[in-house]
Amino acid sequence: MTAVEDRPKTEIGAARKRKEDQRLITGRTKWTDNIQLPGMRHLAMVRSPFAHATITGIDTSAAKSSPGVLAVLTGEDVKDIQGGMANAWPITEDQKAPVHPAIAVDHVAFAGEIVAVVVARSAAAARDAAELVDVDYDELPPVLDLKEAAKDAVLAHPSLGTNKSAFWQFDSAGAGTGGPVDEAIEKARADGIVIEREYRQQRLIPAFMEPRSVVCDPTGEQLTIWTATQVPHFVRIFTALVLGIPESKIRVIAPDVGGGFGGKLQHTPEEVIAVLAARHTGKPVKYTETRSESLLSGHHGRDQWQKLTLAATKDGTVTGLKVDLLADMGAYLGLVTSGIPVLGAFMFNAIYKFPAYQFNCTNLFTNKTWTDAYRGAGRPEATYAIERLMDELAAEVGVDPLEIREKNWIKHEEFPFTTVAGMTYDSGNYEAATARARELFDYDGLRREQQERRDRKDPVQLGLGVSTFTEMCGLAPSRVLGALRYAAGGWEHATVRMLPTGKVEVVTGTSPHGQGHETVWSQIIADKLGVPFEDVEVLHGDTQIANRGLDTYGSRSLVVGGQALVMAADRVIEKAKPHAAHLLEASVDDIEFSGGQFKVKGTDKGKAMAEVVWAAFSSHDLPEGLEPTLDADATYDPVDFSFPHGTHLCAMEVDTETGQVSMRKYVCVDDIGNIMNPLIVEGQVHGGLVQGIAQALWEEAVYDDQGTLVSGSFVDYTLPTAADTISFVTDNTVSPSTTNDLGAKGVGEAGCIASTPAVVNAVVDALRPMGINDIQMPCTPERVWKAIRSAGSDQADATTGDAQPHFDAGAPNQAPPDPSSSASAEGADQ
Amino acid sequence: MIPARFDYVAPTSVADALSALAEAGDDAKVMAGGQSLLPILRMRLNAPETVVDLGRIEELRGVRDEGDHVVIGAMTTYADVLASDLVRQHAGVLTDAIEEVADPQIRHRGTVGGALVHADPAGDVGAPVLALDAELVVTGPGGERTVPAAEFFRDLFETAVGEGELLTAIRIPKHTGWGSRYEKFVRVAHQWSIVAVAATVRVEGGAIAEARIGLTNMGSTPLRATAVEQALVGKAATEDAVREACAAAAEGTNPPSDLNGDADYRKHLATVLTRRAVLAAAGA
Ligand SMILES: Cc1cc2nc3c(=O)[nH]c(=O)nc-3n(C[C@H](O)[C@H](O)[C@H](O)COP(=O)(O)OP(=O)(O)OC[C@H]3O[C@@H](n4cnc5c(N)ncnc54)[C@H](O)[C@@H]3O)c2cc1C
Repeated sequence: MTAVEDRPKTEIGAARKRKEDQRLITGRTKWTDNIQLPGMRHLAMVRSPFAHATITGIDTSAAKSSPGVLAVLTGEDVKDIQGGMANAWPITEDQKAPVHPAIAVDHVAFAGEIVAVVVARSAAAARDAAELVDVDYDELPPVLDLKEAAKDAVLAHPSLGTNKSAFWQFDSAGAGTGGPVDEAIEKARADGIVIEREYRQQRLIPAFMEPRSVVCDPTGEQLTIWTATQVPHFVRIFTALVLGIPESKIRVIAPDVGGGFGGKLQHTPEEVIAVLAARHTGKPVKYTETRSESLLSGHHGRDQWQKLTLAATKDGTVTGLKVDLLADMGAYLGLVTSGIPVLGAFMFNAIYKFPAYQFNCTNLFTNKTWTDAYRGAGRPEATYAIERLMDELAAEVGVDPLEIREKNWIKHEEFPFTTVAGMTYDSGNYEAATARARELFDYDGLRREQQERRDRKDPVQLGLGVSTFTEMCGLAPSRVLGALRYAAGGWEHATVRMLPTGKVEVVTGTSPHGQGHETVWSQIIADKLGVPFEDVEVLHGDTQIANRGLDTYGSRSLVVGGQALVMAADRVIEKAKPHAAHLLEASVDDIEFSGGQFKVKGTDKGKAMAEVVWAAFSSHDLPEGLEPTLDADATYDPVDFSFPHGTHLCAMEVDTETGQVSMRKYVCVDDIGNIMNPLIVEGQVHGGLVQGIAQALWEEAVYDDQGTLVSGSFVDYTLPTAADTISFVTDNTVSPSTTNDLGAKGVGEAGCIASTPAVVNAVVDALRPMGINDIQMPCTPERVWKAIRSAGSDQADATTGDAQPHFDAGAPNQAPPDPSSSASAEGADQ
Repeated sequence: MIPARFDYVAPTSVADALSALAEAGDDAKVMAGGQSLLPILRMRLNAPETVVDLGRIEELRGVRDEGDHVVIGAMTTYADVLASDLVRQHAGVLTDAIEEVADPQIRHRGTVGGALVHADPAGDVGAPVLALDAELVVTGPGGERTVPAAEFFRDLFETAVGEGELLTAIRIPKHTGWGSRYEKFVRVAHQWSIVAVAATVRVEGGAIAEARIGLTNMGSTPLRATAVEQALVGKAATEDAVREACAAAAEGTNPPSDLNGDADYRKHLATVLTRRAVLAAAGA
């Protein structure tokens, strides 16, 4: 009873707890690695320890005779059947890319590349045998540094003849969206301000919670692949294309998936190898990567050098922006590797009215793990660059960073606004979000405190950082993707199935992996069809059930998939109306639907949805021509992207004695349009913030000069935990999107895109009086301290790229004491 | 992460453990809490033929009061040490340091003995044990010997515990009434020390009467900053006096250079952290 009384008036907008969390958090669910099939075999990969080498021979005999081993496959064994891993986004007509075999045949291009696979009765037997595979390598010089790669002196793939994969340009003069940028810069050099900076987007590792795992069962008419992926539909299509298996013979299931952050937007060599091994042995096989393998060979993210030239008048009105990127592809092009930096092309101008803009991007190969989508994909890089530059401009003009932004941003009455990059922003209100954030943050109070600390030369200085971000998400209008030479479309599909007993099944083509779609989709359907929230079941991630779909990434699921769902629900109502009319002996035109009831206009005669559904199911006396089903589906191709925005304010304390930085306060006011579930939004924002802050302060994938991943475990890849963060203050302004019926904008990436520059701006702001105008990310205490120490001199100190061993291979402990080895200890005694 | 095959024995007494070790010979590994050993085995950095698990040896667990000394059994977990008032009262800097080790899960499993024998220079218990002038009780086939902390740590991952021997106890002279502080410097909460300083001081009438300072991760073993200890004697517990006395904290050290910082940076940190630790320990 109370449950019914407590029921919110509308489900949309209610802070529902996520219905999927019980099973996800307790682990009482089907993760891929939990799957056990009769006769299942296990795989272990043999990976190259070298970044660049020729394979001169592989001896698998010892491995093959190891107990429990069924087969050992090398690249040579499968070279005629394994095809090549696909790149779905050739950004230019003449894009160059090396062939990317799932198992390397004669050449390895990064440390971690698979050179053989062992199939055995148990995972332990497979691992034991993998240690026995003897591979002969001839080492080749690796190219690791992006700027070195641009010189083409050392080649990542000698057979390609160059490290350059592609050059891509957007020019506002050429596109007719603005003026020529070089003229703007010339003019600014003569009588305005030119800010020139070079920023580094360090390499990051998605580090999802559940390592990737794949099970392949070849023992049926359809080959069934369970995989921990964000993109089961892509895995199906690309398994068909890469291996030449008819798509109709493949079923892909993404069961519950433990996070992805773009890191599972991939068709992986491991997925191909599982199919090869299953077909070779005729047995179901399983492969689950270790955390080390995940960090080493799951795709990485970011990794760019950004050369930026901002032109402005003396009063700080921006007149042009030129961007020159070097983007690290790593060793190969994954599914969308090449397009990631290009996704940033439309966002460097951000919320501002720039009259001229040019974006140049050179994609380069190196002998490192390939990069690809990582939360934000292209937009965090752009947002970082422009939000850092706006702070630099403010400092140059000598005004507050918020003031310089206000001078340049699009005013709320100017929406819809077509930008210099050719995007049309549908709605937004930067003034409102900023005013609210300022108030929550006590911006003026903190500025006063900053001044006091400066005045009294406090060893702990305070810095305030601003990020007034926007981003484009809701990927994506198919026509735009086509124009960008992306292979697929950007639509989404939904089916609403009305079950005879009044319950509802929703089938979505999106593929949640932690977002809470089951909850929100249920909320939407509950409101739309007037059924209880609990009566809605959301099905996803199995190509046999959700046969149409383009999966989950790019903050697209609600704004594209949710809209498809709304359309399908509307169709259910339209289909039900003639049924209701028949039951109510009224004309269809007189039937209205609201609150779960079909009513005859102007009367109190009505039928509940459940009654209509049952009548359609039993279909005992349907009039001729009426189909005995109310089920409906819809495919929706978005008319445009969605443009969430927000104002993020961050206060950082910097201990100038040690370089330690700590967060004092973080306020964000995001405008993501109408909110379906504030609790889920809060979760997405918090998680995103931490991930973006982590780029600013903690995370970096570091390689040594041999091409070995130094940060190959969580000892050295310093992923933050809750213990490293503070309580964030979050709030929203609401400017509904005008491009979908829900009025929603994406929120999955917003926090991650916005927070990075806010944090670095704050750190730099604290140190600016010392003449410091940049700290390279991550802003480690060492980097901060070195910047302070060398402030004034133009050469920043280099930092070191080694790991400290905590699990030393030699760890003797029981070695006989050797008196001579105690010398260092004694030497240090004072 | 599957280790190579090994035989497993779990004796219930020190005597049985020693004979199990003797029997297994070269290729045996002792396991305490397993928090360092298991990652090594799982990453296949080491593949012993036999693992001798000390987990069932009750006589190695617990904290005892032995007059002038507090005695901690080698198999006492971090969590049990944290719960011990004896340690908190008489060897406070060890409690302070252990509060900073890893996370609750690891503190629940990891042992003080295991940490000392593992001898990771970035580990947090070496410096306080050294600063407190503890003695390490090592038991072998030939019986028991006692090694002063200053002679216990030999090198990176290497201690005075020889093949076929066990660390059985840590004997700490009581430092009752001494103030203490462990200053651990990290980038993220669950990290090993980039540098840490264990300081314990006795203050008399506003001045420092005695000071003991151990440095973590400033060389291949934990180190004592004896020059600073001496310089502090008789100094007022004030910022300026302590700053001056601590200026030499990094002298003669040879810290590593790695992703978290190079040697110069660590030396600088050691100086700052020593000052902060001493001031806090002195209640200033
Ligand atoms: C994620 C993580 C984070 C960590 N963070 C920290 C940290 O911040 N600070 C810190 O100090 N440590 C940290 N550690 C290490 C932790 O403290 C370990 O528990 C400790 O180093 C080893 O203790 P153990 O009881 O688990 O020993 P084990 O792993 O069982 O053994 C370690 C070594 O000592 C030998 N050994 C153990 N006991 C004896 C004995 N009685 N006699 C002879 N030989 C013996 C073993 O053979 C082995 O070689 C961390 C570990 C992990 C996994």
